[in-house]
Amino acid sequence: MLDPHLWRRQFPILERKVHGKPLVYLDNAATTQKPLAVLDAERYYFEHFNANIHRGVHALSQEASEAFEGAREKIRAFLGAAHVEEIVFTRGATEAINLVAQTWGRTHLGAGDEILISAMEHHANIVPWQMLCEMTGARLKVIPMDERGVLLMDQVDRLLTERTRLVAVTLVSNALGTVNPVAEIIRKAHAVGARVLVDGAQAVAHVAVNMVALGCDFFVFSGHKLYGPTGIGVLYGKKDLLTAMPPYQGGGDMILQVTFEKTTYNQIPYKFEAGTPHISGAIGLGAAIDFVRSVGLENIAAHEDWLLQEATERAQQVKGLRIIGTAPGKASILSFVLEGIHPHDIGTILDNEGVAIRSGHHCAMPVMDFFSLPATARASFALYNTLEEVERLFQAIERVQKLFLS
Amino acid sequence: MSDLRDLYQEVIFDHNRHPRNFGPLPGANRHADGFNALCGDKLSLNLKVEDGIIQEARFEGSGCAISTASASLMTEALKGRREAEVAELFEGFHRMVKGEPYTVEMGKLAVLAGVSEFPARVKCATLAWHTLNAALHQADQPVSTE
Repeated sequence: MLDPHLWRRQFPILERKVHGKPLVYLDNAATTQKPLAVLDAERYYFEHFNANIHRGVHALSQEASEAFEGAREKIRAFLGAAHVEEIVFTRGATEAINLVAQTWGRTHLGAGDEILISAMEHHANIVPWQMLCEMTGARLKVIPMDERGVLLMDQVDRLLTERTRLVAVTLVSNALGTVNPVAEIIRKAHAVGARVLVDGAQAVAHVAVNMVALGCDFFVFSGHKLYGPTGIGVLYGKKDLLTAMPPYQGGGDMILQVTFEKTTYNQIPYKFEAGTPHISGAIGLGAAIDFVRSVGLENIAAHEDWLLQEATERAQQVKGLRIIGTAPGKASILSFVLEGIHPHDIGTILDNEGVAIRSGHHCAMPVMDFFSLPATARASFALYNTLEEVERLFQAIERVQKLFLS
Repeated sequence: MSDLRDLYQEVIFDHNRHPRNFGPLPGANRHADGFNALCGDKLSLNLKVEDGIIQEARFEGSGCAISTASASLMTEALKGRREAEVAELFEGFHRMVKGEPYTVEMGKLAVLAGVSEFPARVKCATLAWHTLNAALHQADQPVSTE
């Protein structure tokens, strides 16, 4: 069993106080805190070999390039991808999805074609496809869910047609915590010749994935939800797909030769990485992956499952509390509402007690509409959270109810 | 440390639980919808303005305690006011909730002064006022506090 107290020492920010009380950070689904290993890796890069990559012959540039490409290899191994050139650096999961929509999407979709998403997608996995539909005349269809937040898999066969070109679905719902059966969705989609993009932003810190075993065509995630820096993320794409795709942005580093008459593009993954990338971010993400692997993803998941179970049992005893998202086998997220109290008020009062949660629509307004709610309060757990912190959360919830309902 | 009681005063709880002037307004001649994308607050404001004087103001919608109480208190404060006074009152209110000096007499609206200690909640307090502004200027698009 993972001892969170041991790992907490790696996260200096957890020692700070908020409103005079020790910080209880339960907004990990928005972004995780960063361990010393990540902070040190970025600082070490800036102190010892800060240089631009892939161009200088000098020592610093060589070292920076090696560290940058080293991070790419760590990501390949973490995702279980077959080839390192299948790993494209982006600003985050959002940019990775937009990249696929604007390159693969624009060349493979036409009027009457269909894109299938799910009812629990983050706006980042809805809006880029709506934009693509507007450009191409394609149609967006949605896999519905039930009141627990479980996808209605028996509807998938009906929704998949010979016009379905792409299925874009999240592995873990950021608003509900549901873990979706993406392997089954991929199998069904491939059977009708559709490609599949899996949004792994909320999943990678909790669920082990393997690209070869999963067989998805595209997979995206953000570094900052995996204990890494913001502004760095990853697009995984199958080699043959990436090779056939047109470039995303034009600029330096994505070319082989430029004349005013014609430009030839670089090979993958560089074809999709125009301009100087977030070098320190990539190095930091590599360090975050090393960190997560040293703790062990299965240990992290077991610890979070235990915390979630304890928190869920505690939540069920609170009068007037309703848990939003009750799918079996959820990952690390407790979304809830309190009768008669708006989630935003809950958030402010919890903050006053030093407890950081998210209140709002979690960039998933269709999910809120489904439950007929304006917003929810969401506590989300990470490897450094403790049972004492779960207790502090519920003490603070008690305070909210006392203040509002007395 | 910011005291929660400065924000959540009894008057605010009272107006949250029992919002005044809540519901439709038949015969309204000014209308606007407001939306706070941050927390999902939705507000629909209806006014009856005659000879430049706000005779009636009613609102509908759902929101947090701060935005509901603010809308409720605003509708109370508007009745009988000249349209021309509203801009000045809004300016004063806005300055008050941002913790800036203001000169306008706020009356009961002053219970929302505590919002200034909670910058994340300024948008909640001003949603009704932005919506009012849109209603008086007959904006077609729903207003947002973003």
